[in-house]
Amino acid sequence: MTTLTTPAASSAASKRSPVSDRSIAENRLGQRLIAPAVILMLIVTAWPMVRALYLSLFRYRLTTPDDRQFVWFRNYLTVLGDGLFWRVTLNTVIIMVVTVAVELVVGFVFAMVMHRIIFARGVMRTSILIPYGIITVVSAFAWQFTFSINNGWVNSWFDWLPWISADTNWYGAHWPAMFAIMVSEIWKTTPFMSLLLLAGLAQVSEDMLEAAQVDGATWWQRLFKVILPNMRAAIMVAVLFRALDAFRIFDNIYVMTKGAQNTESSSFLTYRQVIEQFQLGMGSALSVLLFLTVLLLAFLIVRLFRVDLAQARGEG
Amino acid sequence: MLVSTTLAACGSSDGRVQLTWYINPDSGGQAAVAKNCSTDTYDISTQVLPQDASQQRIQLARRLAAHDSGIDLMSIDPPYTAEFANAGFLAPIPQDLQDAIKNGGGPTDGPPKAFGGAVDAATWDGKVVAFPFWSNTQVLWYRKSFAQKAGIDMTKPVTWDQIIDAAAKNGGRIGVQANKYEGYVVWINALISGAGGSIIQDAQKGVDATITIDSDAGKAAAAVISKLAHSPAAPPDLSVSNEGTAGATFGGPSGSFLVNWTYIFHNYDATSPDVAKDIGYTMYPQTVAGKDARPPYGGIGIGVSKYSGHIDEAMKAAACITNPKNQGVNADMTGNMPSSADGYAYPALAKSYPADLLKLFQDSVEAAAPRSVTPYWSDISSAIQSTWHPPASVGESTPKSSASFIDEVLHGKRLL
Repeated sequence: MTTLTTPAASSAASKRSPVSDRSIAENRLGQRLIAPAVILMLIVTAWPMVRALYLSLFRYRLTTPDDRQFVWFRNYLTVLGDGLFWRVTLNTVIIMVVTVAVELVVGFVFAMVMHRIIFARGVMRTSILIPYGIITVVSAFAWQFTFSINNGWVNSWFDWLPWISADTNWYGAHWPAMFAIMVSEIWKTTPFMSLLLLAGLAQVSEDMLEAAQVDGATWWQRLFKVILPNMRAAIMVAVLFRALDAFRIFDNIYVMTKGAQNTESSSFLTYRQVIEQFQLGMGSALSVLLFLTVLLLAFLIVRLFRVDLAQARGEG
Repeated sequence: MLVSTTLAACGSSDGRVQLTWYINPDSGGQAAVAKNCSTDTYDISTQVLPQDASQQRIQLARRLAAHDSGIDLMSIDPPYTAEFANAGFLAPIPQDLQDAIKNGGGPTDGPPKAFGGAVDAATWDGKVVAFPFWSNTQVLWYRKSFAQKAGIDMTKPVTWDQIIDAAAKNGGRIGVQANKYEGYVVWINALISGAGGSIIQDAQKGVDATITIDSDAGKAAAAVISKLAHSPAAPPDLSVSNEGTAGATFGGPSGSFLVNWTYIFHNYDATSPDVAKDIGYTMYPQTVAGKDARPPYGGIGIGVSKYSGHIDEAMKAAACITNPKNQGVNADMTGNMPSSADGYAYPALAKSYPADLLKLFQDSVEAAAPRSVTPYWSDISSAIQSTWHPPASVGESTPKSSASFIDEVLHGKRLL
C-alpha cells in the first residue's frame, strides 16, 4: 500500500526547497535506522517471492527430486491453457463480487446502527464485531455443521420453503455449496466491513446533515446526497480491502467442501498443487499468477473508483 | 514447557533412546502396542496424524522431505508406500526381516509371514519396504431383518444390481463411501477389479504406466455407481458420504446394506444394541454376476524413516510392533484386523468376533485387490476423484474421459 502513496509524498517533497544540510543528515540517519527492518522485510517477503518465481520455471516435485527439470514458461502455458484454472478463477470472482456486494449493504446497515445507537452502545457494538473475532476455521466448521444434512439446523428450520426439505444436501451440488460457502464468508467478514464504514460515517459532518434537513431533504436524500458522497473514500477502501481478501478465500472452502462440486478458489487450487501434489513448479506458477491477479485487481479498483488512500487516512 | 518437549525429543530422562512413532488415529491399539514394545534400551512414544489418509501422507511427506529426524517410525497407508520408498524416505529393511515377511520362518517375536496382498502393497522395486501391521478389507454388511423382508438370499454371492434393486423396492438405503476423497476411489477400484479390470497396468513405469480404466470393466463400474446414484436406494448424503456417515445410514431406520471396513462390526454395540444384533455379513458384492468380487484392501504398514537418528532401534521396534501377538492386541482393541494368519490366531479375537466372520475377513483379504502400487497413486487417485465425482454425474463416458485426464495429469499437461 505504501507504493500507492509514494507519488503524493514525493511530489510534496519536491515542492519543498531548498534542502538544508541538517535535513539531509536527518534523512541519512533515518535511512540507517530503518535499514535493519527493510533488510528483514526483504528476507521474509522478497526472498520467498523471488524463490517462487524461480521455482515456477521448473518441473519439480518434492517426492521425485531427481526429476527436476528447467522448463522455461511451460508451467504458465499449462495453467493458462487449462479449463480448470479459468473455472476456478470464475468461482473466485463470483465469490468475491457476491460477498463484497452483500457485505457492503449489510455492513452499512450495521455501521449505521453502531453509529446512531444510544442505548447499550458498547454491548451492541461488541456483539456486531464478535463474528470477526472468531477464527475463520472455527466459523467455517460451525457453518459446515449448520448446513450439514446429517446434523445441521438449516434443513429443519427452513423446511417450510418449497426447495428445502430434510433431505436437502447443500454440499451435493455446485450452487447450494457455493451459497453455503458465501453465507459463511459474509457472516464472518461483514463486521470488518462495518467497522471501516463506521470510521467513514464518523467523518460525515453533523452540520451538513442538519443543513440538509433544514433544506427539507428526506432521509433517503440525505443518505444518497450527503452521507454516501462524503464517505466515498471510506467505502472504496473497505471495498478494496475486502475484495482483495475475498479473492484469496481458502479456509471456508477447505473446511466446508474440500473443493468438491467445483467450489475451488484460486488459493485452493494453488494449495492443492503445492501442498497436496507436492508440485512445487506448477504450484509456484499458480502462486505467481494469483499474486499478479490480486495486483491487477488492486490496480483496477484504485483506478476505476479513483481511491485515494491518503485521503482515506486523513492525510489528504 | 518448550524446553521439556525439546529434551524429551532427544532422549528420556532415564537414559533410554526415545523413538517417536507417527500413528494414524485409532482407539488406542497402537499406543498399547508402543508400550508393549518399549524396552530397557528404548521407549516408543506416539504422535497422532490427521484422520484423513491423504492428510497423513501430506504431513509425513513434508516432514520427511525436510529430513525431519523427529520421526523414527510411521504408520503408512498402503497406497502411499511406493511413493515414500521411491522418494528415498524409508530406511531399507534388513534382508532376514524381508524374508520373514514374504516367506515366514522368522522368530516368533518378529514379523510373521504376511498375507499375499499385504506383501504386494508393502513391496516397491522388488523389496519389502514397510512392515505389514494390519490388513483391512471391506465386506458386505446387511441388516438381517431387511434381507428377510426383501427376500434376498444372502448365503449365495450377491451382485451390486441385486442389492440396489432389493433396497430400492423395500425403502432401504445403501451405505457406500462416495465423498470426493480417497475412500471413493477405494470403491471405484474394487468395482473395476471385480469386473476383471484395473485402473492402470505396468505401474513400475511411473508416469508412463498404461491407463486401463477405459475398458468394459471401467464401464461396468460406472454403471453400478450411476445406477445407485439414480436409485431411491441412494442415501441423500451420497455425494458427501464417508465411512462414518455410511455407518450412520446403516444404523438408521432405512439401513439395509453397507460396504465398510472390518471395524464397523462392533460400532453399534454401545449405541444401538438392536442394530448390533441385526448385523449380517457376507463377501463384498460382485460387479458382474458370476465373477468373484475383489474387495477393497486397506491397512497400515510400519515404515522406518531414513532420517531417524536411531534406525537400528527403530527396526527392532518395528519388528516387535508387527509380531503376531501385537497384531492381535491391536486388532482386538481397534477392529483393524491382522496382516497375517498368525495374527488372527490371537486368542482374544475369537472371543470378540464369531469364527465365521474371522474366516470371512481372511478370505476377503486374500481375494482383495490392492490399489496399484505406484509412486504416482496420489495423482491418479485425485484425477479419478475429479472425473468421477459427484456419483450422479458418472455415466458411460466417464471411464474414457478419466483415462485421458489421468494420462495428461501424469505427464504434467493438465492441472489437477
